[in-house]
Amino acid sequence: MLQINNLSATVADKPILKGLSLSINAGEIHAIMGPNGAGKSTLAYTLGGRPGYEVTGGSVTFTPPTRHPREGGDPSPAVGNTQGQELGSRFRGNDESVLGIDLLTLAPHERAAAGLFLGFQYPVEIPGVSFVQFLREAANAQRTARGEPPLSGAEFLKLAREKAGLLKMDMDMLKRPVNVGFSGGEKKRAEMVQMGILDPSFAVLDETDSGLDIDALRIVGEGINAIMRKPDKAVLLITHYQRLLDYVKPDFVHVLAGGRIVKSGGAELALQLEEEGYEAVAA
Amino acid sequence: MTVAALPTRKDEAFRYADLDALAGVWPVAREEILVPSGQSTSLSVVEDSEGAVARHLVIELEAGASFDLRILNCGAAFGRIAVDAQLGEGASFTLGAAQLGSGVQVLEIVTEVSHLAPNAVSRQTIRSVLAGQATGTYLGKVAVARGALGTDSEQSVRAMLLSRTATANAKPELEIYADDVKCAHGCAVGELDAQGLFYLESRGLPPELAKQLMLQAFIAEAFSGAADEERLQALALARLGELV
Ligand SMILES: Nc1ncnc2c1ncn2[C@@H]1O[C@H](COP(=O)(O)OP(=O)(O)OP(=O)(O)O)[C@@H](O)[C@H]1O
Ligand SMILES: [Mg+2]
Repeated sequence: MLQINNLSATVADKPILKGLSLSINAGEIHAIMGPNGAGKSTLAYTLGGRPGYEVTGGSVTFTPPTRHPREGGDPSPAVGNTQGQELGSRFRGNDESVLGIDLLTLAPHERAAAGLFLGFQYPVEIPGVSFVQFLREAANAQRTARGEPPLSGAEFLKLAREKAGLLKMDMDMLKRPVNVGFSGGEKKRAEMVQMGILDPSFAVLDETDSGLDIDALRIVGEGINAIMRKPDKAVLLITHYQRLLDYVKPDFVHVLAGGRIVKSGGAELALQLEEEGYEAVAA
Repeated sequence: MTVAALPTRKDEAFRYADLDALAGVWPVAREEILVPSGQSTSLSVVEDSEGAVARHLVIELEAGASFDLRILNCGAAFGRIAVDAQLGEGASFTLGAAQLGSGVQVLEIVTEVSHLAPNAVSRQTIRSVLAGQATGTYLGKVAVARGALGTDSEQSVRAMLLSRTATANAKPELEIYADDVKCAHGCAVGELDAQGLFYLESRGLPPELAKQLMLQAFIAEAFSGAADEERLQALALARLGELV
């Protein structure tokens, strides 16, 4: 689903990613661990297309599955075949989807429409713009780009209520301005509600577990499983601790250090890292 | 009645005006509004025409009167709205204004709010969004007369520049001849928050739509509580769509 090949990137002219390669298939959950400042968030932002993160080498190929109407995203089965309009042919054509998309050529909102979701390590506060307001616009902008019919106000609210419920978040919080006045843990939970609503094929979750209390960690872990543990989806989970991985079992664990993947293994690698530290395991 | 001479750059209240455009609409008629004692009135002024516009509203509020004035200044050329308000005892004056400019537009709001008697309240909220080479100006004088005890006045002035070549001028000014008054003002000029924009875009909003949402939030305060708030917001939103 995602093929990262020898990726190099700079931030403020400083090389951070130095030839990083990683291959993620549909149905897989990968965890990335690594010391502070290793470049984990830089990888997430580079995949998301954040301005200021300049790719200096390598490639990223994204091959989203052909989308089927899902209970979450589509209120009704697709009527007729309106696919292939707008940006549609770039994203969902049968042949193209086998070849994959050069992710790095897309603008951030096009990456989202292609099926990428970025869970922020530090979700941004946006005064005056409510979650429901912007998420409805965002969901419909994505749907339009894919040639799907937009959600009505009622359909959207039903979907939002369902996903807020899944994450045990009070629906009223989604009527508030984006992240403003939210606690650290509430922000992370709101990230997952957004992921549920937008229903991506591939999610990069940057330290979604940090800031969560013990109960919230379980709720968020189960939420990630419910939303993303599907044969046609995949997740890249950036974390410092085993505790989230107790709920969201990774198929692969990688150590990112000095801007590249220095070690890969199965779920047991995370346990070993927790026991012995990065120095010993990935020196 | 003699026609006043065309102002020059030396006239403080016309310092940033487009004087050539002004010449075409000079002299500017005084539009006088009287709010009788104890009464409440509101007015929404929407200037969105193609040509140059200059207006001068002179509002007299008698004791206990209140006036709620909202302005959307977003015409295609020079747009100047001058407002003089004279507040009697216990009167209340609200001004909420948004100026939305692009191209080489010159937009300005020039106010002189006089607290003539005790315990009057004035609230001014001015929001400007400026793209291209547009200029947006707010000159706002608050004068508190001798004996106008208990005056309560606030000016909140903020501008958002969407390009390096746009200009915002803001000059709140206080002239106080009384004790026991509360006069607050705040001024800020800024740019759209890049992190906020990326956050919205990363969720699938095209950049224009993301900017439009953030700008709509930015100007919202100018119209909040207005009788025709929704209409003003909708008109502003449409104009913002052209700016981004
Ligand atoms: N705007 C910037 N200017 C200069 N250096 C930067 C900038 N942004 C990030 N860096 C540097 O890039 C490096 C990688 O940062 P990044 O945030 O990717 O680390 P990380 O692996 O996510 O760390 P953490 O575990 O602490 O979240 C750090 O050394 C950081 O200081
Ligand atoms: Mg980080």
